[in-house]
Amino acid sequence: MENAWIIPLFPLLSFLFLIFFGKRLKDASAYIGILLSLASFVYSLLVLFERFTSPTHKAESVWLTIGDVQLTAGFEVNQLNALMLVIVSLVSFLVHTYSKGYMHGDERIHVYYAYLGLFTFAMLGLVLSPNLLQTYIFWELVGLGSFLLIGFYFYKDEAKRAAKKAFIMTRIGDVGLLIGMILLFWQAGSFEYDEIFAAVEAGAISSTMITLTAILIFIGAMGKSGQFPLHTWLPDAMEGPTPVSALIHAATMVAAGVYLVASLFPLFTASETALMTVAIVGAFTAIFAASIGLVQKDIKRVLAFSTVSQLGYMMLALGSAGYVAGVFHLMTHAFFKALLFLAAGSVIHAVHTQDIEKMGGLWKKLRVTGPLFLIGTLAISGVPLFSGFFSKDEILIAAWAHGNTVLFWLAVVAAFFTAFYMFRLFFMVFAGESRTDMKHVKESPSVMTIPMVVLAVLAVVAGYVNTPWFGTFLGDWLTDGNPALGHGHIEGPAWIMIVATIVSLLGIFLAWLIYSKRSLARDWLGASTLYNVLYNKYYIDELYEVTILKVTKGISVLLRFIETFLVEGIVKGVAGAVSGLGHVGSKFQNGQIQRYGTVAFIGVAILIVVFTVTGGYLK
Amino acid sequence: MSSVPLSLYLALALILFCIGLYGALTKRNIIIVLISIELMLNAVNINLVAFSKFGVMPSITGQIFALFVMAVAAAEVAIGVAILIALYRNRNTVNIDEVNTLKN
Repeated sequence: MENAWIIPLFPLLSFLFLIFFGKRLKDASAYIGILLSLASFVYSLLVLFERFTSPTHKAESVWLTIGDVQLTAGFEVNQLNALMLVIVSLVSFLVHTYSKGYMHGDERIHVYYAYLGLFTFAMLGLVLSPNLLQTYIFWELVGLGSFLLIGFYFYKDEAKRAAKKAFIMTRIGDVGLLIGMILLFWQAGSFEYDEIFAAVEAGAISSTMITLTAILIFIGAMGKSGQFPLHTWLPDAMEGPTPVSALIHAATMVAAGVYLVASLFPLFTASETALMTVAIVGAFTAIFAASIGLVQKDIKRVLAFSTVSQLGYMMLALGSAGYVAGVFHLMTHAFFKALLFLAAGSVIHAVHTQDIEKMGGLWKKLRVTGPLFLIGTLAISGVPLFSGFFSKDEILIAAWAHGNTVLFWLAVVAAFFTAFYMFRLFFMVFAGESRTDMKHVKESPSVMTIPMVVLAVLAVVAGYVNTPWFGTFLGDWLTDGNPALGHGHIEGPAWIMIVATIVSLLGIFLAWLIYSKRSLARDWLGASTLYNVLYNKYYIDELYEVTILKVTKGISVLLRFIETFLVEGIVKGVAGAVSGLGHVGSKFQNGQIQRYGTVAFIGVAILIVVFTVTGGYLK
Repeated sequence: MSSVPLSLYLALALILFCIGLYGALTKRNIIIVLISIELMLNAVNINLVAFSKFGVMPSITGQIFALFVMAVAAAEVAIGVAILIALYRNRNTVNIDEVNTLKN
């Protein structure tokens, strides 16, 4: 555990190596990326096992000394960090492996693996950070990695735009994080998590300030985790390669926001208002994104909106003081959403389209991907015995126990939506008859299916680490020795579990009726106003277009006007005057002796006049 | 004889000098320019002689200087014409506006 700092260095090594030598290695660069990410996974696993028995390890050294203030850098392995290390490195390793098949034949595969390495390094570094400043550095690096990977197909205009959008939208959130961080430093005098929590507990920070900083930091988390109203970048980010969507936009980067809130949890619990904000934003995002997911036609977009919705769930859990529930769902979601994305990638790889209207009947063709996708779908829908069921149940109980009745029912409806749209997706893609020519459809190679199998196993069993039936190991372990994080298990009425089950089964049944059995007309909603509103994602993008973008563009036009006519005018005027003067001056230097003579004579004449006048001879 | 006042001498010298200056600054032919310069020098001579006779402190020095100027002018013309001939041999011209190598 003392050597945990080495974990992020493996992917960094992979990044540096592939940046410098990747061009010569070509396809072989995949093996380097896979090996090094495997190394960091194995090491993370060791660290996790060691963390079960030994206490939190923290090592720091002074990085900067400014006056009396010392800024430290180091790493910390507490329960949350150790868990996140394993999740991130595992998903990263699986995505590395999967990409070997998915990106096969791509000319820039070495660049792709280099970016994956950079991203994994940033995420692991973020997870290990013991203070806010270091977190912020890696936070930005994660944003950079995401930008590079979303824009990997930079020759595609949409990919370029999506990359820029993702970067700018998350930057908006980062401003909040930065301000919150600076305020905290000002109030607590340190970036260290421990010292901040100590200051909060000691009442050294006024409650208004705690609320303010918590909400500002939450804005940062909103940007990264795609919470309303900063969610619009996430669906667009699907322009990146599909394994990237699995890694970044399902399992790790978007989880960074949730992780940030979780690691600053004592700060949030100190302010009821901040918690309430987190819960409301989370619950609203959950149902908002789920309702959009109902009608999307692009397989990756449905998954993207479900990610936004599930992240909303996690935020709702954290906002309801359900620390364990939030982290638990973060873990299970990482597994089943990565599985779903990889399976979606496998489908896209096979049929070369993302439009679910054009798919169908793939169950018979994709004998491996199909069942794996079904497992992921069952898990996310919250069907009993799958991992998503337990974690979603925890969240609902947390929301109920915290007294957020309205938010609880919102979450239940969102769960219904989730089950419905996920099975809509499943039936549209796999059930029924093929809607296009599917002769050439082949199952993906085993290098792609094996990572999915691993994730599928985890998507099933990951839930059993924290169940009300067999014990709440994860919860007890996470909150062990840290009463600020709440109890390992929150008791809730038993009917919640039954309601959740009924709701998810109802959603599945409805989807089956409409999309598989077709006993209900498919377009019962189609063409209506509501459908259009949902299909166009509540026109949020358009709203930003006409409000923020128009205003920004207006300001930029104004500034540009000032730039061209005022600033540039002055500069050009000065330069023009000087060069004009030079031009006139150069007229005299034409080499003609007579011109020189004339100038000299005029000069003498002027001198004489001047001296005559000043000397008083002119009366 | 002594009825001619100093101012008339000075006026004559001024007129001569102006003609010389005009010629030196406007004429294209270098010979004319040289002649114009002679005119200006002679205007100066008139001034010197006039002041030596009618000045505040009349003395012979002014006339001596006039002789000096004539000697220098003769030498100058000799060198000037020599340069002119050399120029003509090299450039095949005696027009001053075609000689502008000072520009570089």
